Amino acid sequence: MNVLELHYDVPGDDFTRAGEASSAIKNKLKQMGISPNVIRNVAIATYEGEINMVIHANGGTIDVAIDSDAVTLLLKDTGDGIPDVELAMREGYTTAKEEIRALGFGAGMGLPNMKKYTDEFELTSEVGKGTEVKMKVYLNK
Amino acid sequence: MKVKDLINLGFESVHEADFERDVICVYCCDLLSWVMGRAPADSAWITVMGNMNAVAVSVLADIAVIILAENMVIDDAAIAKAKEQGVNILRTDKPAFEAALLIHNNLDVDE
Ligand SMILES: Nc1ncnc2c1ncn2[C@@H]1O[C@H](COP(=O)(O)OP(=O)(O)O)[C@@H](O)[C@H]1O
Ligand SMILES: [Mg+2]
Repeated sequence: MNVLELHYDVPGDDFTRAGEASSAIKNKLKQMGISPNVIRNVAIATYEGEINMVIHANGGTIDVAIDSDAVTLLLKDTGDGIPDVELAMREGYTTAKEEIRALGFGAGMGLPNMKKYTDEFELTSEVGKGTEVKMKVYLNK
Repeated sequence: MKVKDLINLGFESVHEADFERDVICVYCCDLLSWVMGRAPADSAWITVMGNMNAVAVSVLADIAVIILAENMVIDDAAIAKAKEQGVNILRTDKPAFEAALLIHNNLDVDE
């Protein structure tokens, strides 16, 4: 199988469109006949990452690469970055404002979900520069 | 149980995409990340969160049907998205617990 690459731009601060990139990725994987379990894990990881870019970083990009071994996801933004990554990774930790929480976001479970549902998870962030999350979901487990 | 069986139990149709779809369990929560990470595929999701983001989560988490508890309203934009993405939506005047109990007690129903 050749490598298939997909690229998506995620607009910032547009809650109505949040999730569109993740849905598009999900449909692509479905068309490719990838197993439902893998698709579900990728959908959770991309959605949480996409929402984080919309809420916390004023948008960003998602690159997806699919080869015979894994779905590789690279999420990049040029937002404010995360001062304390260890703290941000804790279940329930959030800096989301009240009006965003009222929409159902800000449970502080996004990063923990991304880590839990992927086989490889690597987050690098620099305050003032931005955040990068690289994740892999293996196709055969 | 199928989504259409919920209509027989008194749930009101808000948007019909595929009422032949199977429902295997019930999940209750209003925080989207919890639903995303914990709701089993093919569940009936009971919530008071009637917005586009709930529709997006349903698609990504393979939710069989969104059930709006306590007669919650859902905005037009969310219904438009449900049409576009094929998401079933029902409504009930029952609180979440009562609605969940009713569904749970009827999960084996097969018309
Ligand atoms: N891409 C990002 N840019 C800046 N900050 C982020 C980003 N992603 C996450 N964070 C920070 O990490 C915290 C925890 O993220 P997460 O677990 O997804 O919970 P939530 O999004 O519900 O707050 C966020 O509240 C935010 O402070
Ligand atoms: Mg988040």
